[in-house]
Amino acid sequence: MAVSRDEVFAKVRDVLSDALGVDQEEVSLEATLQGDLGAESIDFLDIVFRLEKAFSIKIPKGELFPDEMLNNPEYVEGDRITPAGLEKLKQALPHADLTKLEAKPFVSKMPDLFTVRTIINYVESKLAA
Amino acid sequence: MRWIWIDTFVDFVSGRRASALKNVTLAEEYLHDHMPGHPVFPPTLMLEGMAQTAGILVGEARGFAENVILAKIRRAEINDYAFPGDQIRYDAVLDSLDDRAGVTSGTMHKNGKVVGRADMIFSHVRPGESSELPPHNFVFTEQFMRLLAAFRPRAATGSTDAG
Repeated sequence: MAVSRDEVFAKVRDVLSDALGVDQEEVSLEATLQGDLGAESIDFLDIVFRLEKAFSIKIPKGELFPDEMLNNPEYVEGDRITPAGLEKLKQALPHADLTKLEAKPFVSKMPDLFTVRTIINYVESKLAA
Repeated sequence: MRWIWIDTFVDFVSGRRASALKNVTLAEEYLHDHMPGHPVFPPTLMLEGMAQTAGILVGEARGFAENVILAKIRRAEINDYAFPGDQIRYDAVLDSLDDRAGVTSGTMHKNGKVVGRADMIFSHVRPGESSELPPHNFVFTEQFMRLLAAFRPRAATGSTDAG
């Protein structure tokens, strides 16, 4: 049976609330994991494990949070993401909205890509696959 | 320096679960300072004991090829103190494991009664992988390996659950 978007949101909210120790009300669709919900690097791994368990899915390394691409000089120049890097991000994160990042392609803005909505979109794409 | 906060394993099933005991004794120096006249086993060391039990469980599951580093305590709850004469038992279960990390859940018992639980994530870092860490396996030192080796002969006699 297909899982509705509301059901996905409810489970994602539980996952993020447990992983980050935040109130359920704080987990709004537009909340960013790092800026708004206070996620640190190890929390992203925790979130991956919890999502895998909650939805019985497998999340390959770097698929949801492709942070390792920041180590590639082809994709990052100084404090900016290169056009090739943006293209790579578009391919890697079809579930994310890159509009703001394309306007200001700073590395420091990349964490803003990871909102609660991004996670829900990703989980839905995995469940539909 | 000796930084071992478990005395012995009493159960060890590779890749699945481990149990270890810690006997709290007034012979231990720190108890005379914590607290003066009222020795209490620090709850933080209860977390360390669980981390050592669960960390060895995670490390052994992949042949001790990597450093296993406590990365996050997902949840911790300790509801009672332990005093000299008490025996603490750490039961750890390996919930998931891959090349990134191991996830464990665990309960702490005092003299047979559940007094807490702690769920943890351990990161895998291969020796030499990070320039910020020593190039060798600095987690699983000889002291820890001896602890596990000491358990295995008993396991072979069938006195414990072999899984």
